[in-house]
Amino acid sequence: MTAPATALLDVNNIEVIYNHVILVLKGVSLKVPEGGIVALLGANGAGKTTTLKAISNLLRAERGEVTKGGIEFKGERVDRLTPNDLVKRGVIQVMEGRHCFGHLTVEENLLTGAYTRGDGRQAIEADIEMVYSYFPRLKERRKSLAGYTSGGEQQMTAIGRALMSNPTTILLDEPSMGLAPQLVEEIFEIVRKLNAERKVTILLAEQNTNVALRYAHHGYILENGRVVMEGSAAALRENEDVKEFYLGLSASGRKSYREVKHYKRRKRWLA
Amino acid sequence: MGFFIEVLFGGFLAGVLYALVALGFVLIFKASGVFNFAQGAMVLFAALSLVRLMEWMPIPIALLVSVGIMIVFALVVERLVLRPLVNQEGIILFMATIGVSYFVDGFGQTIWGSEIYTLDLGLPKEPVIILESVFEGGVLVNKFDLVAAVIAGILVTVLAVFFQKTRIGRALRAVADDHQAAQSVGIPLRDIWVIVWSTSGIVALVAGIVWGSALGVQFSISLVALKALPVLILGGFTSVPGAIIGGLIIGAGEKLAEVFIGPSFGGGIENWFAYMLALLFLLVRPQGLFGERIIERV
Repeated sequence: MTAPATALLDVNNIEVIYNHVILVLKGVSLKVPEGGIVALLGANGAGKTTTLKAISNLLRAERGEVTKGGIEFKGERVDRLTPNDLVKRGVIQVMEGRHCFGHLTVEENLLTGAYTRGDGRQAIEADIEMVYSYFPRLKERRKSLAGYTSGGEQQMTAIGRALMSNPTTILLDEPSMGLAPQLVEEIFEIVRKLNAERKVTILLAEQNTNVALRYAHHGYILENGRVVMEGSAAALRENEDVKEFYLGLSASGRKSYREVKHYKRRKRWLA
Repeated sequence: MGFFIEVLFGGFLAGVLYALVALGFVLIFKASGVFNFAQGAMVLFAALSLVRLMEWMPIPIALLVSVGIMIVFALVVERLVLRPLVNQEGIILFMATIGVSYFVDGFGQTIWGSEIYTLDLGLPKEPVIILESVFEGGVLVNKFDLVAAVIAGILVTVLAVFFQKTRIGRALRAVADDHQAAQSVGIPLRDIWVIVWSTSGIVALVAGIVWGSALGVQFSISLVALKALPVLILGGFTSVPGAIIGGLIIGAGEKLAEVFIGPSFGGGIENWFAYMLALLFLLVRPQGLFGERIIERV
């Protein structure tokens, strides 16, 4: 294990089953250190979203269940809590596909993020200004219905809404989805800033391996519900297999897809 | 002219009564996207509870206990119906409310009895003549209808402020938009559902009081809910003010149509006029006058 021993979030060998029959995660373990940016990489259906939802406990609403293993946050078991309890403890998920409240204005969207807080109107208003300082574009659009804003603005609204809950940890699911490359960079820059300035720990699920590994400190690669590789972001970027299968590079330069050899699985901890 | 105004007024006041029932639908639909078929049954149940409790205790206490009963009802519905069906399709929840509706109809009459009870809260009933200075002969209205209109007005104002301005109201709208996203920001769905079903139960109690005072508390009250449908289609399923405006249009429309157009059809058009109006509306503006805009990004 290259991750530090003092993990803020510790996912220990979890198995997730949907609808009592569909086995999606077959034993996933990962550690997120305090103040880190950890990336969860992999193709469609690898189990990235399911892992995040298992942590934030949104699984149960989709008839999924953690059947083995456990999840600890700050040393406390959290896998039997409700999403509401987790948000109160500082863990919030930004769902894939933004999921803004379309019929609420941008500012109302931000306010819903403060639902669990009890520290008064002033603190909440100060935090709205804080969100606007990170996302100046949202300030311009504060009165528009979120449903009519662009994809990038919705992603910003979704992240801003999560920030309003005063989180210590944000589970960020596929922030690059459906956005132009330039906007993706912009959003990741802001994520990095949030991490550096507000000490928010980030667990990020991404398909865009290239971008994710540039911003993350540490990465896990999931395949078919298993972690097949992990390491520091720098090490993963230099790994030949990762280069070939996820970054589209190889020793001999660009190759035809036909020549790609079948992936040799590396089961680090199961085998 | 005086006669026209009188018919119009009568229509408006009938419309207020429809609107009271429609409000209960709007609340639940707005906050959970569920069309609550049981609203009519809830009106009957609330009215029955109140009228039977009044035989045992003074009116204010009976009112409080009835409110309590509706809150307990909301808790039970959440626990037994909504919680197991979380994240299911709207149509499945709708079917569940049909079940709730039959159960409440039967259960209410089993414990409270199924006769016709007179509900007398001491609301004034005598007719009065108003606007005498404006029209010759004035306009004859029932004081009771005016009281009902005032009650509806207060209820709507309170609900509109609640939805637009408060933290809970905002959370209710958020839940209506996207259950899962609401959960992801820490809004507890269970509490929200209990709150919204309780509110809707209290609105049903108010509607039950008004209808029960007018018609007597009897089974047919639960059928009044059917009249709320065209009101909802006109006003929009998600708009509190829409329920009132829709109610007024339907009420006035059907009375005016009956009196002025009816004779050329041989009369009796009051019963279907509202539904026809709703049908036309569906063709032109399916979200209703004040319903939430159907957001389509292109």
